[in-house]
Amino acid sequence: MKGIGSLGHVSHESAVGKVGGYVYLDHAATSPLRPEARAAMDPFHDVVFANPSGSHRFSRVARRAIDEARDVVAEVIGCRPGEVVFTSGGTEGANSAIFGAVRRHGGTAVCSAAEHHAVLHCVEHVGGRVLPVSPTGALDATLVRETLRDDDGTSVVSVMAVNNEVGVISDMVEISRAVRRRAPKAILHTDAVQAACWLDLRDIWPHVDVMTLSAHKFGGPKGIGVMALRDGINLEPLIHGGGQERDRRSGTHNVAGIVGATAALAVTHASRTEEIARIKKLRDALIQELLSSVESCSLTVEDGQAVPGIVHVCIAGIENEALLYLLDEQGLCASAASACASGAMEPSHVLAAMGVQKSRAMGALRLSLGHTTTQQDIEAAVRIVADAAATLRSRSGTAGVR
Amino acid sequence: MKVLVAMSGGVDSSVAALLLREQGHDIVGVTMRLWGGESDTGCCSVSDVDDARRVAQQLDVDHLVFNFAEDFDAHVVDPYVRAHASGVTPNPCVECNRHLKFDRLLERADALGFDAVATGHHARINADDRGMLRVTRGADMQKDQSYVVHMLQGRALDRTLFPVGGLTKSDVRAIASSHGLRTASKPDSQDVCFIQSTAGREGFLAKRMEFNSADVVDTEGRPAGDVAAVELVTIGQRRGLNLGGGDKRYVVDVDVKTRRVVVGSENDLLTNEVVVKQLCWPHGSDEPLSTCDVLVQGSAHGARHAASITMESDDTVRLTWNKAQRRIAPGQTVVFYDLTDTYVVGGGIVTS
Repeated sequence: MKGIGSLGHVSHESAVGKVGGYVYLDHAATSPLRPEARAAMDPFHDVVFANPSGSHRFSRVARRAIDEARDVVAEVIGCRPGEVVFTSGGTEGANSAIFGAVRRHGGTAVCSAAEHHAVLHCVEHVGGRVLPVSPTGALDATLVRETLRDDDGTSVVSVMAVNNEVGVISDMVEISRAVRRRAPKAILHTDAVQAACWLDLRDIWPHVDVMTLSAHKFGGPKGIGVMALRDGINLEPLIHGGGQERDRRSGTHNVAGIVGATAALAVTHASRTEEIARIKKLRDALIQELLSSVESCSLTVEDGQAVPGIVHVCIAGIENEALLYLLDEQGLCASAASACASGAMEPSHVLAAMGVQKSRAMGALRLSLGHTTTQQDIEAAVRIVADAAATLRSRSGTAGVR
Repeated sequence: MKVLVAMSGGVDSSVAALLLREQGHDIVGVTMRLWGGESDTGCCSVSDVDDARRVAQQLDVDHLVFNFAEDFDAHVVDPYVRAHASGVTPNPCVECNRHLKFDRLLERADALGFDAVATGHHARINADDRGMLRVTRGADMQKDQSYVVHMLQGRALDRTLFPVGGLTKSDVRAIASSHGLRTASKPDSQDVCFIQSTAGREGFLAKRMEFNSADVVDTEGRPAGDVAAVELVTIGQRRGLNLGGGDKRYVVDVDVKTRRVVVGSENDLLTNEVVVKQLCWPHGSDEPLSTCDVLVQGSAHGARHAASITMESDDTVRLTWNKAQRRIAPGQTVVFYDLTDTYVVGGGIVTS
């Protein structure tokens, strides 16, 4: 089947055929949909298809699904149901928090230099301030105390709970204390996109005003996210329209997305303790094997400071753009840094902020684990990385015309 | 063979990939991200990467993007700016081929286990009568690009493929069209990829260097005009010198250090000799031992003129025109062809 509107080239069969047999260690980029999410979403594509804002019985069914989802999400975060706003994902959440605060309250925005671009570019866009991070990639609360002033017009401070590249965990309790003391009027936003799988969000929520999540990072569908917005905190909405989500985020509800995200979040939350224990074992084995079998390989963030799902190493003397090609060729899906619009990998701003030397950052590799990761994946990954690194070393030094 | 095909998103490299695929090679397409700044639709705009990727998808081959922006800055853009600052007029496309396509990309292809790199250049690589591989004119003389790829040497000649070099441009477009490639009627790229047509060379350089005004004098040293930016003046230039009418006069000499531009008649522009350095010989051993007659091309699609070349030292060639020719600006590339105008004998960069 070819023609306008057809997707003949991306059949389900060809996609599965290409993906089958691969080792997927790129969960920090995205995780496969959890079966619970898929099952929960299914009826909302066609059976319960109504617009939940309508006034007929079909709408009421959809509306009820959203109401129930909101209760579940609130329970996982530890907030009130009314504080849950469904968004299109992490980037919208970050944009809403930063632009929403600055547009409503004036002043300026502050974030750390290791934030995701969804935060960093917003802060830069409003002419905000970017604070340096420690060599682990985390923002030091002491620095917050030293640099924030209660009269400097800071209306929003944005600090990620877990860094997406190196996995380091921020001390949100201490950072919150510092922000509250130095800039009591500032809204504190945390990008918790990478935290949802590994940290109990109920431990973070009491210390922040806004928390944003992205469903596809925890086994939900893409294009749906959550912004928990504390009652009494006002943000100028990013999107105006029909007034859905209590005027905080207009646009017809993505009912299937909301239901799928919620199902995934519920499973993630319920299984978190066991999953952390399981992944920690795999992670420890992965680190140990990588360090012992890959030449000049070092951990970027010392053990114990990162979430179990993210293993970030630097392999000296290797270009990761070449390494990733060989890994892909051997069936290992991994990543190095973020890509620009062309698809080219950009040098990591996170590693630069951490003060990692360029020569070392060039060999950066992120292997991220998640709900589908198995012992076999880890064993295969170590073998593939070690072989690829050795191959690149053996082939280096052949030159072209210069 | 396993071939890495450099796909710019243009029709030539699209067809290069198509032909290699049809010949049964195992190919992967790659687009190099070279210029990180603003550009018109140059080699590295996102829409060109999209075109390259879509063609690769249509051919059902993998497509990669390599970020060589730092290398491009270091080997092409920075030297381009520095050269202008010292009064030299460089050819950035030649330097891009030298340092990016046939060095960085070849090196990467080696590292990834590819047997060869292919590009969409209109040039060929053929064996000469002694059986030595040489860059050879493309079949379409109007589109021939042997000049910009003349620097291929040694192993690079063995490992580079120019699949469309034996075709005319209209053949290439016809093939693209008959296979429904989306790039079939895409216009040819023009000019230097990192310079926007709106800002031009002057606008680009103005952000990166200082311009100095200069006096314009005639060959007797008498004042003749002035220019605002001596760094932008090129040998042979006629306009923008504030000469105030009179006979046609050309820039015959530029001295950035003393900020002096000399203008003269067309006759004053003629010269019998050119000194060429930074030489490239396809095979290290085949530089002319004594004097050698060649045809010389001094710009991308310029005319050929007969000359003899003599090695003055290991890295210097003195070129003597059979018939006096217009001066070539320092920094420009000259390429030597055999007397049948078929093979590249060598090449280098004009110093004076």
